[in-house]
Amino acid sequence: MFSMGRRDKAVTSHKFKDRIPGFVTEEGTKIDTRTFSLRGLDQLIQTLLDHGYQCIGPVVRDGVIAYDKVSSTADLPQGWTDEQSPGHYRLRKREDDACFGFVVGPHSWKRFLYPPERRLWQLQKQGQSFVRVGEPEVAPRYAFLGVKACELAAIGIQDQVLKDGPVPDPDYTQRRDNALIIAVNCTESAETCFCASMKTGPEAAGGFDLVLTEILEPKHAFVAQAGSERGREILDALQTAEASESQIESARAGIASAADGQTRTVDTDGLRELIERASESIHWGEIEERCLSCANCTLSCPTCFCSDVEDSTDLTGEHAERWRRWDSCFNRGFSFVAGGEIRHSTASRYRQWMTHKLSTWHDQFGSSGCVGCGRCITWCPVGIDITEEIQQFRLRDQL
Amino acid sequence: MRKPKLAVWKFASCDGCQLSLLDCEDELLAVAGAVEIANFPEASSAVVEGPYDVSLVEGSVTTPHDLERIVDIRAQSGLLITIGACATSGGIQALRNFADVREFTRAVYASPEFISTLETSTPIAEHVKVDFELRGCPINKYQLVELIGSFLNRRRANIPHHSVCVECKRKGNPCIPVSNGSICLGPVTHSGCGALCPSYNRGCFGCYGPKELANAESLAAWAKQELEADPATLKRVFHNFNAWASPFKEEGSSHG
Repeated sequence: MFSMGRRDKAVTSHKFKDRIPGFVTEEGTKIDTRTFSLRGLDQLIQTLLDHGYQCIGPVVRDGVIAYDKVSSTADLPQGWTDEQSPGHYRLRKREDDACFGFVVGPHSWKRFLYPPERRLWQLQKQGQSFVRVGEPEVAPRYAFLGVKACELAAIGIQDQVLKDGPVPDPDYTQRRDNALIIAVNCTESAETCFCASMKTGPEAAGGFDLVLTEILEPKHAFVAQAGSERGREILDALQTAEASESQIESARAGIASAADGQTRTVDTDGLRELIERASESIHWGEIEERCLSCANCTLSCPTCFCSDVEDSTDLTGEHAERWRRWDSCFNRGFSFVAGGEIRHSTASRYRQWMTHKLSTWHDQFGSSGCVGCGRCITWCPVGIDITEEIQQFRLRDQL
Repeated sequence: MRKPKLAVWKFASCDGCQLSLLDCEDELLAVAGAVEIANFPEASSAVVEGPYDVSLVEGSVTTPHDLERIVDIRAQSGLLITIGACATSGGIQALRNFADVREFTRAVYASPEFISTLETSTPIAEHVKVDFELRGCPINKYQLVELIGSFLNRRRANIPHHSVCVECKRKGNPCIPVSNGSICLGPVTHSGCGALCPSYNRGCFGCYGPKELANAESLAAWAKQELEADPATLKRVFHNFNAWASPFKEEGSSHG
């Protein structure tokens, strides 16, 4: 479905550097930085709704922080955070009233940009031929509120695959072009985060219309900057004040503590080649002993994009439909070709996933497929940790 | 063109799966329009003689009479499709396979000498060639309609073999063993139910039996270590509707 040709284009506009990005330009000039209170955030949401956007943001639902429709700050997970470790996630009460004081939940924005199930077309038999029926779907106009830096990087990667490649997906492209992105910088990290290693966060460095940093000191407020003309218009429509030095300092300190607080790291130096060399390693078999081949990691991953296309008929055979559904390289049918399936063992499926994510993704799309969000670690029902497996391959490589 | 003849057969079972056909409601007239329901005692006492183009077989083999009957049914059937956990794995009644069935008959029946039963409850495929196994306890009626539709239109049935997790993820359910510590068989269970129990915040019971490459051992080890499941619980979760299906059979037996 996708060309395997080498692409050397940089994958995203994210350039994380050892500076304090965002608040000053590379030349050292101060970027226009505004501030507003919690009431201002309500005004922002209302402005988005008034502009005809469906506002999607974090909400507490089913014991997790999920992304869903938001119509005011009352819908946000104010005062909640997430505790994460391999195979473990719990909502916890915070001691403050932060609205974005969590990392990432089980879902990513790909649910909205690349829906899990979508009817591509339907046909009806008329005489001896089939005609296409049904109205074409109109892509929704989303405003995403609270997109973290790792998620922005993931959207950038999916753009490369689904929008900017040789065969753009029309539905994805339309949803993506319609979408307004309001990023929120992370000011703390979970145990499973490793975005700093993957150089995608914790600060959003581009690809957004607006970026906010939530600060609790000197008092609860949001520090905001525009990243596009659309973002500038929205920001100008709000009642804001110029952010003070102490507010900017508080925002900087929060972002720095998120980076410093990351306990998981990945040494990306030579990682692509390491995984390539490991193709016959016995360690794949050791992973197989634990791996359930359940597909949780791939479906939680914000960059995994594989889908299956399924044709069906009704009983009479006069009506036919084609559906696209999220699929996974951990599923048996995924490797079905003429003559049968080719990946019969869990080891071969895990190898496919990890090799694509960390090595051949570079060949195919010009970057790593991993953004360091940690979802595959948290949402693995038996807590398999990709950073730990990378370390195991490194150790074996040195033997 | 003659409509294909359909027969529905019952072995040891609760009837729930064959009733899924009657439960088709909106699709029932379409099914009746597409096939001749020739032998379905649960629906009609009018029986058309065989042979049949398609036989749906429900239930497991538990008596000496069943052993003869299934061979006869196979001989008169074009396509033989087993429906439900009893027919595909032996069902809940396969719990007898781990114990002494004579003890059960003595405990249950006033005159156990009149009971003619086998030592074991076994799936249909252990006795005759089966063309398709439709999983579930009970089966999903939409999958049954899809299966009949695929036969009528001579195409492959869209019945995936992946885990229940894939259905949870598509629906947007959080993974409950991760988010609240429930014991959930979803990662080792064949899909088909639409992730019914996890959608209501309850761990998967494994009604559709083991998925391909089901790593029950790893799931159990994690449940024991991280979710503090005791051996009796682990035995019970695996020795359920699909107790006789590997690897649920072996995993359940390894916990006391």
